[in-house]
Amino acid sequence: MAEFLSLHDAVARYVQDGATVAMEGFTHLIPFAAGHEVIRQKKRDLTLIRMTPDIIYDQMIGAGCAKKVIFSWGGNPGVGSLHRLRDAVEKGWPRKIEILEHSHAAMACAFEAGAAGLPLAVFRGYIGSELPSVNDQIKFIECPFTGERLAAVPSVRPDVSIIHAQRADRQGNVLVEGIVGVQKEAVLAAKHSIVTVEEIVDDLNAHPNACVIPSWAISAIAVAEKGALPSYTHGYYGRSNRFYKEWDAIARDRDTFTQWLDDNVFNAAQNHAGENS
Amino acid sequence: MSLEYTSSEMMSVTAARALENGMTCFVGIGLPSEAANLARLTHAPDVVLIYESGTLQTKPDILPLSIGDGELCESALTTVAVPEMFRYWLQGGKVDVGFLGTAQIDRFANLNTTLIGDYKAPKVRLPGGGGAPEIATNAGEVFITLKHSKRAFVKDVDFVTTLGFGRDGKGRDNVPNIGKGPTRVITDLCVMKPDPETKELVVVSLHPGVSCEDVVDATGWEVRFAEQLESTPEPSENELTILRELKARTERAHADA
Repeated sequence: MAEFLSLHDAVARYVQDGATVAMEGFTHLIPFAAGHEVIRQKKRDLTLIRMTPDIIYDQMIGAGCAKKVIFSWGGNPGVGSLHRLRDAVEKGWPRKIEILEHSHAAMACAFEAGAAGLPLAVFRGYIGSELPSVNDQIKFIECPFTGERLAAVPSVRPDVSIIHAQRADRQGNVLVEGIVGVQKEAVLAAKHSIVTVEEIVDDLNAHPNACVIPSWAISAIAVAEKGALPSYTHGYYGRSNRFYKEWDAIARDRDTFTQWLDDNVFNAAQNHAGENS
Repeated sequence: MSLEYTSSEMMSVTAARALENGMTCFVGIGLPSEAANLARLTHAPDVVLIYESGTLQTKPDILPLSIGDGELCESALTTVAVPEMFRYWLQGGKVDVGFLGTAQIDRFANLNTTLIGDYKAPKVRLPGGGGAPEIATNAGEVFITLKHSKRAFVKDVDFVTTLGFGRDGKGRDNVPNIGKGPTRVITDLCVMKPDPETKELVVVSLHPGVSCEDVVDATGWEVRFAEQLESTPEPSENELTILRELKARTERAHADA
């Protein structure tokens, strides 16, 4: 059964220095409040996995939490570059990080394979791409039945996955609605999982085929109201496109970024993503 | 009466016209998304638009800033998980055309969205592959749209993120279960198509007011022109009006959010 913890305690218990951490949410339901808690607790040497690093990993990389990032598209959607990611990759600030890059199809399949308990994902991919020449985790295998050459990547098996969702009921069952990305897969693939939610309710009111993650498949649940801002929570609040655009200027400069981090993460109350202040 | 329009509008309208009504299109963010939605709002009301965030048959009223804006989900027939999107719908062969943008493209229509320079010491780090590597090989065919410039149109891309026809033009030969690849490239100057034999991109149509010299000056290889070089039809008043309204709605919505 999932345990109800404060966000502070959930992160303190399950995110260890050196851990492999997947924080998912495909442009929607990005667990920003949890990311900021990881930054506040000064977690270090994390291997961060995420299909679309987005500005949440830009913030964590700039804060020095990451030693390695595994991703498939590292940009500020519709705006431009992730300047903290680039600064770390190109100039080693605040520390040098290693990157391992995939395609979306590869990572989506790798999360699914992780949830399925398989060691690898097999798919028809990477044909003619030079990504296999820079990522030794991309291999090709021959189908034993047809002889077709198919791509293979290791499954994703994080130490801990963190996602944000609309709500949990009092037993700790979680409902995820809207663009569901690879969140269920991320939770099921991980040794431990933290789910932050907008609220706890008596009844999830879920349709029979809704994306519900049972309490017994989750380690901890923490309430984090507006915990996905500046991304959005379908049915609760919209995406702050304005902040995504503002982030470009904040992240471009090391000092501006450091000041932003002090004002909005280190000196902000827990569970508050800070973007509205 | 001749209409006033910009080269960007010419590009969007021409790209939109490439989509036929009833096609199933896997849409990239940015220019492809603008073109695909313009097609849906004009000549192709039944075009099926799919975005990699899992939104199937979506009809956004405004253009999304990100690939997973709420608008895409709210206006979709249904929204599936991302692994299902890539496995069942794309890899399963349900997509007629993938519509992509890119940072760099070469004469064999290979796309680079990974980096400029050397992989170990990049001059400019770009976002990476995203959905493109598998969209380009699993979709029935691929349309590409981007602005024409010497920086973007290079003889050889610095990195093949996504296969066009390979570094020698033979990258799809004898590969089973692979789509036709890029069948047209729409820019703000012209339309290009791969030569049926060599697969090198050839200019087949010039936009009104654009000269061969303009294209040569903006292309990083000795670009060839089709023997029967056509003139791209001008945008209609209706297309321009709908495009401008779409962009104005989008701008208003993004300024408010």
